[in-house]
Amino acid sequence: MITAGIDVGAKTIKVMLLKDSEPLAKTTILAGLDTRSTLDRAFAEALEAAGGLERKDLDFVLGTGAGRQEVSVADDQVTEVTAAARGAWSVFDTARTVIDVGAEEGRAVRCSDSGRVEDFAVNEKCAAGAGTFTEAMARALEVDLEELGRMSLRSTQAVPMNAQCTVFAESEVVSLLHAKTPKEDISRAVHDAMASRITSMVRKVGLQEDVVVIGGLAKNVGFLDSMKRNLETEILVPEDPEYVGALGAALIAADRLAERR
Amino acid sequence: MAETAVEYWRWKEYNWRDPDLDPREAQVISAGVDVGSVSSQAVVMTDGKLYAFANMRTGSDSPESAQKAIGWALEETGLTLEDLHFVVGTGYGRVNVPFAKKAITEIACHARGANFMYGPSVRTVLDMGGQDCKAIHCDEKGKVKAFLMNDKCAAGTGRGMEVMADLLSVPIEEVGAMSLDVDEEPPPVSSTCVVFAKSEASGLLRQGWPKNRVLAAYCAAMSHRVCALLGRIGVEEKFAITGGIAKNPGIVKRIEKELGVQALKSDMDTQIAGAVGAALFARVLYMKSRKTA
Repeated sequence: MITAGIDVGAKTIKVMLLKDSEPLAKTTILAGLDTRSTLDRAFAEALEAAGGLERKDLDFVLGTGAGRQEVSVADDQVTEVTAAARGAWSVFDTARTVIDVGAEEGRAVRCSDSGRVEDFAVNEKCAAGAGTFTEAMARALEVDLEELGRMSLRSTQAVPMNAQCTVFAESEVVSLLHAKTPKEDISRAVHDAMASRITSMVRKVGLQEDVVVIGGLAKNVGFLDSMKRNLETEILVPEDPEYVGALGAALIAADRLAERR
Repeated sequence: MAETAVEYWRWKEYNWRDPDLDPREAQVISAGVDVGSVSSQAVVMTDGKLYAFANMRTGSDSPESAQKAIGWALEETGLTLEDLHFVVGTGYGRVNVPFAKKAITEIACHARGANFMYGPSVRTVLDMGGQDCKAIHCDEKGKVKAFLMNDKCAAGTGRGMEVMADLLSVPIEEVGAMSLDVDEEPPPVSSTCVVFAKSEASGLLRQGWPKNRVLAAYCAAMSHRVCALLGRIGVEEKFAITGGIAKNPGIVKRIEKELGVQALKSDMDTQIAGAVGAALFARVLYMKSRKTA
């Protein structure tokens, strides 16, 4: 039984192929301007990586993510909330709170001991609280995203950041630079601000351990550090955090097939 | 050939003086300095009449911006800082006006300034600033009765409009007229967040939308957002709009249409309302101090 999960995010498209619920192949590709053609390419690459499969070899394909309606090869769709919970639970079965932060959205999901969604909160309206925020701040600080995260860990003092809005925060970062504030401290302020936005979503659904962070932001060590301090808990991060949504969708595809049989 | 980057968001800075007024004949020379997050204004009044002002961009240093603004307003007036009887600071950087005797909130100053600029019939003032937006109810004396504000989010502020002007390479002063130059009003941009609206606008351009149509879609969304803020406090007539965005007919006309209410017109610069209010407060404070002295 081969299933696929295709996660169409604002910035990247992730494809995960599973054979009997075990990883077979995965690809990620920048979404680009034309989602449809990028999708075709990502899907073709995944099939190629799986040893030259074709669409007809796949038993069930589920689309997920903000652009899931665009997935023409999919048999059905599943929300990114459901996919995130299922995917995170498959990696850590102790997961009760799943925090998923992508390029343009952030969500906190509380799930049951079987990986089912109990409650969730989403931010998709405001760039502060999504990856776009850290990208804009990295640009203002003239460092790349990875460096932004690492710099944050070297901070020696907490400086407050007043602006919530990404547009205003850009100006504030420039002012802090003018005032000779060390970039390390600004970086920490950026991640603390981001973490406090995400934390307020977590509080809405109710914090329960274990906490798993997934999505592209889970690769940012500065953000993870700020989250730990904000939540006062340990945080689990899967090996490929950006694939967890696609993984969850592919697993749900397998679950559905199993139910039918 | 060297290329110079055009800063489309940059609006004209200038100073003005009434040549018919002689400050040496005045009993009270008062001034108000409004240091906003984006722009700064200094207004000089002689016996409660508008005499001179300067309107400029706020720099990275608030006290320096305040100094520059008042210096420019006083240019060619023959007056110096010492000639000013009383100065009130207002705006986001009001505590950073070193030569001000008192700081008063911009809410109070905008209401008072709008009362002077648009007349005592004003009951609702919408101040659309660089980094915030306020809806203020006031009485016939320009005293604040209630207000609501958004200072957390760039949507609905001048800064948001600057981002869009830059994206489309349209000078900020032309944005409004251009946005009205459409045969039919397009659906508004769906993103609230300026960052997301910018991506959405880029997408529309790629789809082949002309700039005026994209601007119409953005102005429509921004007007709608501001009307929602006004809706929460209610619009009592008469209604006036102050701040930099009041100069953008693309926003003013759309707000008027959505509310079904006309905004009052003034021949004065809408950006100086806060500084005018501050200068009027300064005059009263000076006269009070003389009475008690």
